Amino acid sequence: MFKVVADLIRYNIEFTIGVILLTIVIVFALLSFFSPYSPEMIYVVIPDQPPSAQYWFGTNSRGQDLFWNLSFAFRNTLFFGLTVAVLSRIISITVGLLAGYLGGWVDRGLMFFNDIFVAIPIFPILILFYFVLRSDLDTFRLALIMACLGWPFDARLIRSVAIGLRSREFTRHAVFAGMSPSRIMFQEHLPYVMPIVFSTAMANMIWSIGFEVTLGVLGFTNINIPTVGTTIYWANNHSAMVVGTWWWIIIPVTLIVMTFLGLFLLAISMNEYIDPRSRLRRMGG
Amino acid sequence: MQDYLFFALKRLVQLAAVVFAGVSAAFVVAHYSPISPVETIIGRVAGQSTFSPTAIESLRQTLNELFGLNAPLHEQFINFWVRFLQGDLGPSLIAFPTPAMTLVMLALPWTVGLLTVQIIVAWLIGNILGGLAGYYQNNRFLKAFGVMAIGIQPIPYYIVAFLMVIIFGFLWPVLPISGGFAMNVRPSFTPEFILSVLRHAILPITSLILVGIGTWFLGMRALVSNIVTEDYVTYAELAGVDRDKIVYSYVMRNAMVPQLTALAMALGGIFSGTIITEQVFSYPGLGTLLIRAVNGGDSTLVLAVSSVAVIAVASAIFIIDLIHPLLDPRVKVG
Amino acid sequence: MAEQKQDVLQVRNLKAYYQMAYFGVEREVRAVDDITMSIHENEVYGIAGESSSGKTSFIKVLAAAIRPPLRVVDGEVEFNFGGQKIDPNKASKEEVDAIRWSKLSYIMQGSMSVLNPVRKIGRSFEDFAFKPMGLPRAEFNSRVAAHLERLKLSPNVLNAYPHELSGGMRQRVTIALATVCQPQFIIADEPTTALDVVVQKDVLSMIRTVQQEMRASVIFVTHDMSVHANITDRVGIIYAGRLVEEGPTRQLFAQPKHPYTAHLVASLPRIGDTRERPALEGRPPNLSDPPKGCRFHPRCPLATDRCKQENPPLVDMGEGHRVACFHTDKVKPLIELGQPKVTRMAEGAPA
Repeated sequence: MFKVVADLIRYNIEFTIGVILLTIVIVFALLSFFSPYSPEMIYVVIPDQPPSAQYWFGTNSRGQDLFWNLSFAFRNTLFFGLTVAVLSRIISITVGLLAGYLGGWVDRGLMFFNDIFVAIPIFPILILFYFVLRSDLDTFRLALIMACLGWPFDARLIRSVAIGLRSREFTRHAVFAGMSPSRIMFQEHLPYVMPIVFSTAMANMIWSIGFEVTLGVLGFTNINIPTVGTTIYWANNHSAMVVGTWWWIIIPVTLIVMTFLGLFLLAISMNEYIDPRSRLRRMGG
Repeated sequence: MQDYLFFALKRLVQLAAVVFAGVSAAFVVAHYSPISPVETIIGRVAGQSTFSPTAIESLRQTLNELFGLNAPLHEQFINFWVRFLQGDLGPSLIAFPTPAMTLVMLALPWTVGLLTVQIIVAWLIGNILGGLAGYYQNNRFLKAFGVMAIGIQPIPYYIVAFLMVIIFGFLWPVLPISGGFAMNVRPSFTPEFILSVLRHAILPITSLILVGIGTWFLGMRALVSNIVTEDYVTYAELAGVDRDKIVYSYVMRNAMVPQLTALAMALGGIFSGTIITEQVFSYPGLGTLLIRAVNGGDSTLVLAVSSVAVIAVASAIFIIDLIHPLLDPRVKVG
Repeated sequence: MAEQKQDVLQVRNLKAYYQMAYFGVEREVRAVDDITMSIHENEVYGIAGESSSGKTSFIKVLAAAIRPPLRVVDGEVEFNFGGQKIDPNKASKEEVDAIRWSKLSYIMQGSMSVLNPVRKIGRSFEDFAFKPMGLPRAEFNSRVAAHLERLKLSPNVLNAYPHELSGGMRQRVTIALATVCQPQFIIADEPTTALDVVVQKDVLSMIRTVQQEMRASVIFVTHDMSVHANITDRVGIIYAGRLVEEGPTRQLFAQPKHPYTAHLVASLPRIGDTRERPALEGRPPNLSDPPKGCRFHPRCPLATDRCKQENPPLVDMGEGHRVACFHTDKVKPLIELGQPKVTRMAEGAPA
C-alpha cells in the first residue's frame, strides 16, 4: 500500500499534483485548531484590510481575520465532504454487492430504486429540504441528506464489478465451502471493490462539496457556521466585488478550486492505476 | 416494431414510477414545512390593515379550503395528485393570486432553452474532440485541451458561473451578466428582441458548456483509448480501411453508445447545474423562480417547480432511452 | 518435393521485442528471436507452439500490425507479390495500405469481436473490400454475392448485424470477408480455436477450398496439432520465440527431430489409444529472462551441458526438414503414428 503510493508519486504527475494541492488545503484546514479567534465572533479585527504581513488573507467587512476564518471554513467543508463520502460509500457498497451477488429479483428491485434516484434532480430536492428545515439544516444534517442522494452511480459501478466476481472461481469455491452469502460478499468480494470505492469517494466529495458550496452561497444552509459556501455568501452580502474587498472572494475561490482539482486528479490517477488497460497505454506511450 | 413498442411501454412505466416517486416525495417534504402558506398570507394581509379577529378567522377558513388543507393527509395527497394532473396547484404567494403553475410555465421555456443548447453543443463537441484525442494520442492541441478539461471539469457550476460574472461584470464588461433580455425591449418576435435574448444567453450558456464539455471530452477519450484496442478496430486497420472511416464509423460510433447512457445518467446533475447558473445570471428560468419562491416562503411554488423539474428530467431521460436501441442494435428491445 | 517453388514470403533473422518501461522498471520481452524462414506460393504453412511462445507476435510482425511496446529490433520481412517486393514494416503507410486486403489479407482469432458490432455485415464488406477491388458499385455487389454463394453463405448475411449470427457463421463470414479480394497471401491466426469441433471442420474445409481455388499462400497459426495435421503442407514449430523445427507436415509428424516436437505430436489424441503419454514437465520460459543456451533445455530429457551453454543452430536435415537440436539422433517418435492419417478433409470436395 505504502509502496503503491510512493510509486504513484514518483511516476504519475497527476497524482503528485493532486497530493500537493490537497496537502496544502488540508494543512490549512488543520491550522484552525490553533486559531486565536472563535469562528462565530465578528468585529474582532479592523474590517476591510487587504492582505498584509499581519493579516495574510486580509480581513472582511465583518471584522474577521480571513486566514483563520477560512481555515475553519475549509475544516468544516472538508469534514462535510468526508462524512458524505463515508456514509454514501456504505450505502453504495451494500446495494452494489447485494444486487451484484444475489442477482435476480433483489437486483432488479434495487436497480429500479437506483434508477429512480438517478433520475431525480438533486438540487431542487435539496432546496426543498432547506425550505422545510431552514436553519436546522446544519452541516451534519445536510451531510446525511446528501449521503442518501449520492450513492446510486457508484452502487451501479460496484454492482457491475460484483457481477463479474460472482462467476469467478474463488466465489464458487467459497459457495461449495459453505460460506454464507454475507460472508462471501463482505469478506471475499469487498477487497476487490475497494479500489473503486476509493476513487469514487474522491468524485463523490467533489460532488457533495460542490452542492454544499452552492447551497451555502445562496444562503440555504445555516449561515452562521463558517464553510466555504457561507464565506462567499457573506462576501456577496457585503457586495465584496463592488466595494473592492476582492480578497474576500478571490482567496476562498482559489482555495476551493485547488481542492476540487486536487480531488479530481487523485480520482483520475487512481482510476488509471485500477484500469490495467490504460496503464498499458502509458507503457507504450 | 412490436418489440420496440413493448420496450417503449416498459420505459413509460418506469417514467411514471419516477415521476410519481419524485413528486410524492416533494409533496411529503413540503407538507412538513413549518411555514404555512395560509398563515403567511394572513400575516401579510393583517399587516397591511386592521381586520377584526372574526374576519381573519373566516379568511383563514377560505384559504384553508382554497389550499385544501382541511382534509386528512391521505385525502390531501389524493387531491394534490388530482389537481396536479389537471395542472393546478393553487395560487402562488410571491405573485398572489397568479397560479403557481402559470409562473412555472412562464419560466420553463427559458430553462429548457438553456438546457437543450448547452447539452447538444457540449455533448457533440466534447465527444468529437474527446474521440479524436483518444485516437490521435500525440496531437498537441488535443493534449492541451485535455489538460484544460481536467482543470475546469471538477469545478462546480456555481463557481464557474460566478467567475464569469466577475470577469465579464467587473474586469471586462462587454456582455450582459443579468436577465434574459434587456429591460428596454418588449418580448416580441422582433429582431431586436431575439438579438437581446441571444446576447443575454451567451454567458450562461458558455459557463454551462465550459463545465459540461470536459466531462464528455474526458469520458470519450477514455472510452476511445480502450476501443482502439478492440479486435474490430485492429482488424479494420489491418484491412487498410480509410482512417476517417475507422475513426468515425468504427471507434466513435461504438463509443457513442455508452456516452448516450452516460448522458441519461448525468441529466439530473446537468439540470441542477443549469438552474444554479440561472440564479447567478438572474436568468428568468426555473432556477431563479425556485430561489425567489424559497426566499418568499412560497411553498406552493417551491412544490410546483420541484415537481416540474422531476417531470422534465425524467422525460428527457425517457427520450434518450427511446433513442438508445436505434443507436445500438444489440440492445434487447422487448 | 524437389520442385523449386517461388517464395512469396521470406523472413530473415527477424527479431521483435516488447520494450517497456513503467513505474521505473524496464523490461524487454524477446517475443520473436532470430527467426529465418520462407513460405512458397500455393502452400499452407502451419505455425505451432504453446500460448505465449511468440507465435502471435511473429505473425503480427508479418502483418505489420505491431504497436509499441512491440518493436522490430532487427532482421526483415519480405513479401514478393509477382515481382513486387515489399517489407511491410519498412514501407510507407500508403504502400502497405495498397497491398492490404487486395494481396495480403488476414483472418483473425476470436470471431466474436472482429466485426464492428454496430455495423451491418454488408457495410463491413464495403469498408474492407470496395477500395482494394476498385470496381464500380454494381459489379462490386455482384462479385460479393458470387463470392458468398461460392462459400455457400446466404446473401442475407449482408443485412445482419454480427450479434445476430452464430459463432461459426460469424467466422465463415470473416473468412469470406478476408478472401473476397482474392489475396495472394492470407494470414490465419487461430481461426478455428473458439469453435466447436463440427463447425471447426466446416471452417477448415472452407479455408482449404478458397486457398486451392485462388492458389494463395496461407500461414496458419494454431496450437492445435490435429488441425495442423489436417490442413497444412509444412509446419514450423516455435518455442520461446525461436523456430525449433520446420518440415513437410507428414515427415514432421512421422519423424519429429526435436524433442519438443516429439512431445507435441505425441499429445495428439488417437481413437482407441489408451496408453499413457509422457507429459512434458515445467512451463515455457519467461521471455523477459530466457534460459541460456537452448531455451528448451530446462524441460528437455536429453539436455546435456552443451545445451545449457550453446544455442543450437537450425540445421537442414534434407528435404527441407530443419531442426535446431544437438541431439537429433537421439530423438525418437514417442508414439507410432503408423500409417499417418494426414488426409486433407477438403480434398476432393466440390469446388
